Amino acid sequence: MNKVLKLFTKDSITLPVIAIILGLLLGAIVMMVGGYNPIEAYSALIERVYGNSYDFGEAIREMTPLIMTGLAFAFAARAGLFNIGGEGQFMIGMTAASIVGIHLHGLPAFIHAPLAIIAGAVFGGLWAALAGFLKATRGVNEVISCIMLNWIGLYLSNLIINTFALQSGDTRSVDIQPSASIAISWLSEMMGNARVHWGTLIALLAAVFFYIFMWKTKQGFELRSVGFNQDASKYAGMNVNRNIVKAMFISGAFAGLGGAFTVLGVFGYQSVMASSPGTGFDGIAVALIGMNNPFGVVLGAILFGTLTYGSAGMSFSADVPPEIVRIVIGAIIFFIAAQGIVRWLLKPFYAKRKKEKVS
Amino acid sequence: MDVLTIIGQLLNTTLVFATALIFTSLGGIFSEKSGVTNLGLEGLMVFGAFAAGVFGHYAQAAGLDGFAAASIGLCAAIVLGIIVSLIHAVASITFKADQVISGIVINFLAAGSTLYMVKLLFDGAGETELISGYSRMPIPGLSKIPLLGDALFNAYPTTYLAIILVFVSYFVLYKTPFGLRLRSVGEHPSAADTVGIKVNRMRYVGVMISGALAAVGGATITLTTTGTFAHNTISGQGYIAIAAMIFGKWNPIGAFGAAVFFGLAQAVRNYVQLFAWTQSIPPEIIYMLPYLLTIIVLVAAVGRSSAPSALGQPYDPSKR
Repeated sequence: MNKVLKLFTKDSITLPVIAIILGLLLGAIVMMVGGYNPIEAYSALIERVYGNSYDFGEAIREMTPLIMTGLAFAFAARAGLFNIGGEGQFMIGMTAASIVGIHLHGLPAFIHAPLAIIAGAVFGGLWAALAGFLKATRGVNEVISCIMLNWIGLYLSNLIINTFALQSGDTRSVDIQPSASIAISWLSEMMGNARVHWGTLIALLAAVFFYIFMWKTKQGFELRSVGFNQDASKYAGMNVNRNIVKAMFISGAFAGLGGAFTVLGVFGYQSVMASSPGTGFDGIAVALIGMNNPFGVVLGAILFGTLTYGSAGMSFSADVPPEIVRIVIGAIIFFIAAQGIVRWLLKPFYAKRKKEKVS
Repeated sequence: MDVLTIIGQLLNTTLVFATALIFTSLGGIFSEKSGVTNLGLEGLMVFGAFAAGVFGHYAQAAGLDGFAAASIGLCAAIVLGIIVSLIHAVASITFKADQVISGIVINFLAAGSTLYMVKLLFDGAGETELISGYSRMPIPGLSKIPLLGDALFNAYPTTYLAIILVFVSYFVLYKTPFGLRLRSVGEHPSAADTVGIKVNRMRYVGVMISGALAAVGGATITLTTTGTFAHNTISGQGYIAIAAMIFGKWNPIGAFGAAVFFGLAQAVRNYVQLFAWTQSIPPEIIYMLPYLLTIIVLVAAVGRSSAPSALGQPYDPSKR
């Protein structure tokens, strides 16, 4: 019993929970200032997501890529790298999956679909590894190169789709082969044609892989060690540069998978994008809410997905502008990032508990 | 159209696009020179564009003429930019939060809260009402010079202000005691502390200046290009300004050059389709060129990093 209690009073659990509560409270205050009823709004949000099977399925569709881009950010962060290039890696993953999904013919589904998914992962990974390589060999800050690679990724994706796969007279690619689709049609039919796909299962497995790789293997140990202290790791005989590139590759592969799922499971084609989709940036928030822990990331994606998908219902039935959830999410990551503020707010409570312990 | 007119127009459009980038990258320099990374420039631009749209609209509705209304919008942007930048400052300087994350927080908050407020103020509409903003201000005499006059001396007042500010910033940073102190807390905060400079206070000032300048950058887009504020008024310019700052090696003059270069890259898009020989180039190649070049420059500049040495590290007096 004591052990369970300890688990829930651990910083890594209490901190995000308190931040989420504060964020939701702040959102409620902003709504009240705007003349809306926050309780009505939040219940409309929950009602929308968990009210019927179609919306529930669509909400899961919303959460799945967020798990992947969240894992991508968290994985790199564990190795001490700041991968804000999830956006670009996501788009490159989309494009690679599209091209494989469109241009390979006559393969059975059990080969074609996995091949398209792997293509998304590999190219997303390579896109990130490029930033890792530049950091390892030339000392280029990965934050900056990732910003640049996000833009290049956007235009490169459009260029590839425009050149090799354009549906004539339209601003999107032709449809992928049915054999490359990862949609679960029977479940989809059961859920009122919500776009559910196997990617969700893979995303959950990816979180498990993350955990096992990072905390149960020697390679994961090396990555974390490099993340903590590069000099010490080098002294212990680890190849820091190789670890940087490896961490970025795996991180980018996660984001690339998210992109691949979006093409292969949800749309079945790829649009020519006017601006980047934003899933990669949202993944940063997801990872921060999840404290860079793979299972935390899954929970963070559930929260983020619930908020964003439910916000449509909120504006529909309570007439609250859906942008309010962006404020809530911003506030949550603010409180998580500035842990000092939360600790400072909680100081009276902590002091009390200590006193009790003494007596 | 003959080639000279096209070049003149191209240069003119370049300056229009470059103006916002100049302001914002100057802002970035002030923050980063003091040792605080500011990835929130994008969000600060959004807040600035928002303030300009809203206050410009109300000023115009109150009967002020275009120039005065636009100037009120600009001032509102400065105030809001400073206030919002304080969120970044409090989190990253006082509470020692990760600077990159707290910058991203600003971007998140900007995207949500500005549109939320626009919808509140304008009855659920997704954008502010159209205002006339600044109009072009030809400089008497100079604007009559063939080619150059049209290109350089027939610009918006904000463009002239941006160019003046480049030199002011250079002077402030490198020729005044204030600039020396600001740079010293970004290079070696503990040494600065030893000689009596208040490290965190200087950093607050740096971040606040960056908030004001980035917001002005955003405001110029509302006041000269779009006339309204909507969700897509600012789409990535803040990140481009960061690139311009790095490209220009954290030096105002360099950042100015880089901003003009990025402005040119943006302006060229409109002119690419005019010539037969350029039509075969996919436009995407031209779009990605500035970012590719930035990476190439970063790769080539190996070992000569010009970033402030203490960039990104919160100052902790107990660690020496």
